Amino acid sequence: MREGLAAALPANAWNWIAVWRRNYLAWKKVAFASLLGTLADPMIYLFGLGTGLGLMVGRVEGASYIAFLAAGMVATGAMTASTFETIYAVFSRMRDLGTWEAILHTQLTLGDIVLGELAWAATKAFLAGTAITIVAATLGYAAWTSVPYVLPVVALTGFAFASLAMVVIALAPSYHYFIFYQTLVITPMLFLSGAVFPVGQLPGAFQRLAAFSPLANSIDLIRPVMLGHAADNVGLHIGALCMYAVLPFFLSAALFRRRLMR
Amino acid sequence: MSNVAVDLNDVTKSFGSKLVVNGLSFAVGTGECFGLLGPNGAGKSTIARMLLGMTRPDSGKITVLGVPVPARSRLARKGIGVVPQFDNLDLEFTVRENLVVFGRYFGMSTREIQRVVPSLLEFARLESKADARVGQLSGGMKRRLTLARALINDPQLLIMDEPTTGLDPHARHLIWERLRFLLASGKTIILTTHFMEEAERLCDRLCVLERGRKIAEGSPHALIDEHIGCNVIEIFGGNPQELTSLIKPYVQRIEVSGETLFCYAPDPEQVRVQLRGRAGLRILERPPSLEDVFLRLTGREMEK
Repeated sequence: MREGLAAALPANAWNWIAVWRRNYLAWKKVAFASLLGTLADPMIYLFGLGTGLGLMVGRVEGASYIAFLAAGMVATGAMTASTFETIYAVFSRMRDLGTWEAILHTQLTLGDIVLGELAWAATKAFLAGTAITIVAATLGYAAWTSVPYVLPVVALTGFAFASLAMVVIALAPSYHYFIFYQTLVITPMLFLSGAVFPVGQLPGAFQRLAAFSPLANSIDLIRPVMLGHAADNVGLHIGALCMYAVLPFFLSAALFRRRLMR
Repeated sequence: MSNVAVDLNDVTKSFGSKLVVNGLSFAVGTGECFGLLGPNGAGKSTIARMLLGMTRPDSGKITVLGVPVPARSRLARKGIGVVPQFDNLDLEFTVRENLVVFGRYFGMSTREIQRVVPSLLEFARLESKADARVGQLSGGMKRRLTLARALINDPQLLIMDEPTTGLDPHARHLIWERLRFLLASGKTIILTTHFMEEAERLCDRLCVLERGRKIAEGSPHALIDEHIGCNVIEIFGGNPQELTSLIKPYVQRIEVSGETLFCYAPDPEQVRVQLRGRAGLRILERPPSLEDVFLRLTGREMEK
């Protein structure tokens, strides 16, 4: 069983880079369209809800609604970018395109591949989160000084959601199953995590549930800083995000081994 | 170790209740071309996967390039090139990019890769296509690129799963010619195929599989001599039952496949005499081939 485990784990600390670079090369060819696709969604939410709803809502937690929302959209942008990269692009490379099969014929292990894919999905999340942060800072909804603090959190958020989605694609027989993950996990998380309104508005039970949401942990790190004050419980939130990044990674690697290396 | 590239010893594998490899043993010498022949579902692809450590045997021992597999399959794979049954090239990449990306999976630096790419392009006769996207290549070109890609790490052993399935004859001959070139340069090749002509042309030795068991092993010529040993007369166009009873006394063995009779006849003239005067028959006499061996072993409708 030992060697089976070795196949599921990364062989070393750098093999994954070859997988990341493969995805980067593919992305470079369609970078413009891809960026537009990644950014359009959160921007539309930001300006659609921010300006429209903002008129009715007034100030939230001492900030304008659009500034409140901006931090939520940075984290949400990272969440959706890495989730969608994983459930569609990674799934097709794993199952339909034979990309993973080809790589498994080389000296890379399954763990190397999964790590490379996670790092790539986190990179895309990082790009999306960065762009929204810059837009928010440029328009004065966030302090420029918050940017170097926000970006690592965005990357970690991307990693955590890619890792979670990796478990989903390791189990899903086909694309049709992803709709469950989207509608039952990702969309509710948006509303449970304080992305568009404060968690305090939720009934008590949901508030307790929200504490476990990776998105809520991410927003609790990002929002205070973007709005110009210090975040609370930083270690706790980072620890929670790290758990979501690391544990599903190992779980997914084990599931992929069962699926691909019978 | 140096003269045995691959060694399988009493390997068994089942998926659920289905036994796909059944007590299989064979050894492949360095520089040899070894064929795994068998009908679909005989276990050929499973064996190829086991050699790469992608499927673990239930029992038995596998050694590839002197290394136990799957225990140390990652090390073994460093010396193996794989041509899978279905092309899994990156279609959105150019020919050159496919080679570069694949070289990186073996931990090669960009400089090392750039050094070998021109010779691989030349080998695959794709020099003029270096910067074409793979999606624009013909099936034969893609197959040649897959072969070139499998050589990027300068492997000692090539594992090919049906390397010419789905190619037109011209493209197939070009691949065969390239494979002979590789054999001449000392590579070891294991190929699975259900193309008898391919096996006969390329393989030094082969192993015929049926339902995961080895039913014959040897060089193509030895197998032909052992299992057929005389010319074959194919007869089509008559009533198989009637013809069978007519010529049965004059042949060693008759097999019926669909509307065709295969007669193994040490004295073909005798058979011709019997059939003289019958209109509408087409009679073809030819030397025996590996296909006869294969069909004999894996079963045409037999008539003794």
